[in-house]
Amino acid sequence: MPSLALPSPTAAAQRLAPWLLPAAILVGWQIAASAGLVSTRLMPAPLDVAAAGWRLAETGELWTNLGVSFLRAAGGFLIGGVIGFSLGLANGLSRLSDRLTDTTVQMIRNIPHLSLIPLVILWFGIGEEAKLFLVALGVFFPIYANTLHGIRSVDPQLVEMGRIYGMSKPELFWRVVLPGALPSIFVGLRYALGIMWLTLIVAETISASSGLGYMAMQAREFMLVDVVVLAIVIYALLGKVADLATRRLERACLAWNPAYRSA
Amino acid sequence: MIASTLRRFEGFAPATPTRLRREVIDREIARDRTATGLGITLRGLSKSFDGGRPVIDGLDLHVPAGQFVAVVGRSGCGKSTLLRLILGLETPSAGRVAVEGAEAPRRIMFQEPRLLPWARVLDNVAVGLSRDGPAAQRRERAAAALHEVGLAEKAGQWPSTLSGGQRQRVALARALVSRPGLLALDEPLGALDALTRIDMQAMIERIWRAQGFTALLVTHDVAEAVALADRILVVEAGRIALDVPVTVPRPRRRGDPDLAALEGRILDHLLDGRM
Repeated sequence: MPSLALPSPTAAAQRLAPWLLPAAILVGWQIAASAGLVSTRLMPAPLDVAAAGWRLAETGELWTNLGVSFLRAAGGFLIGGVIGFSLGLANGLSRLSDRLTDTTVQMIRNIPHLSLIPLVILWFGIGEEAKLFLVALGVFFPIYANTLHGIRSVDPQLVEMGRIYGMSKPELFWRVVLPGALPSIFVGLRYALGIMWLTLIVAETISASSGLGYMAMQAREFMLVDVVVLAIVIYALLGKVADLATRRLERACLAWNPAYRSA
Repeated sequence: MIASTLRRFEGFAPATPTRLRREVIDREIARDRTATGLGITLRGLSKSFDGGRPVIDGLDLHVPAGQFVAVVGRSGCGKSTLLRLILGLETPSAGRVAVEGAEAPRRIMFQEPRLLPWARVLDNVAVGLSRDGPAAQRRERAAAALHEVGLAEKAGQWPSTLSGGQRQRVALARALVSRPGLLALDEPLGALDALTRIDMQAMIERIWRAQGFTALLVTHDVAEAVALADRILVVEAGRIALDVPVTVPRPRRRGDPDLAALEGRILDHLLDGRM
């Protein structure tokens, strides 16, 4: 029940509704653990996980690892995103560029990028380059494919209209083609964010000496189940934060589109 | 000209009288004096696509400046192609298109409004203006054009919030904001409901009379052609099969017996052509 002191109880309820299920799961989990229904050696209680989080935050270990992972994710995302976006634009706008590169890109796309981990370790060792390379590669494809698709699916009638009204090529791009491709580019962005976390965590779990994935693997060695679960919970929260940020950005950039107006 | 300009301001929503500042009106009048319709001459005009059967087949036509011409015909008779040729959107296979008169822009309106969904209504209208000149003046002209079609209060809205008829009026404002010498209308009212259509017809006629551009209307609707045009061309197999003047004085009343008789004659012709 939302508090009666709130100005609009229905609005508050609407806002809280998505969090009901996670909260219920937490409560059930805590009860099950306290009652001894599940072994805390395999599945620690939420309060223990929170305590582990507090402990690691106090020593600073959590923040260091979080920061390292964040920088890797952002760096790889930026590199892969910029390359994917640029190539998507080039192939969407120029038939020549498309003919020269698209087949190659489609062939590489069918290789699961995580299968390159052994090769990447041989190339780069377990240094930062390995993680950046894998994240950039993973992020590249969804951004590339959706940028290309967005540009190809711009309404040709609008492009003709722009030409009739004397728009120059750059003007046509900025006023008609790019805004028309934007919804599709955002779809790519969201996919890419998901792949970014996935790739990073896998890479850190297998080969790293710092970062969230490394923290979880270390904890496993010492049977610190609470830290392992903490890492997983942090992934869930980070994923939610990334999703929220994209939604904000979409709503700001696509306000004209009824499908994105604040729902 | 002053009278025509004032007539153009009839039907304005009285909501924002500040827009009607004297200087704006003076500027409109000054522009009116320079703007005139364009005359069009077609000589032996032909067009075929990919070497197929000609869509337009050796067509000759003269349209004097300022005339309102309606082009009717069955689907696929080439009337839309004719319009696109005159506008320079297609290149003729043979013959030529000559447009005489002042250096006024030529504009076309389609059945779909073709508004930019990501631009506000006012910015969509401003697309019709050339990009040189101060932005404030462009906005002012765009706002004046929106007034003309009775949508001044929608200036800041997204196109997706408008009805079909309103969107088409924004497209009309965009076509008119640059004071065109020639306005081509490719079934602009085809997708609208009957009542909205009648309103739009009246609006197009009023603005045409005020501004004096040459109007070319392609339509399936013979009643619409008869109500609006000075002259009706029936196109068949890429040629002009019938060229009829409409002498009924304006303003024309719906259901006028002379108009009905003319409409019947043209329809008969179109239906006979099927045999």
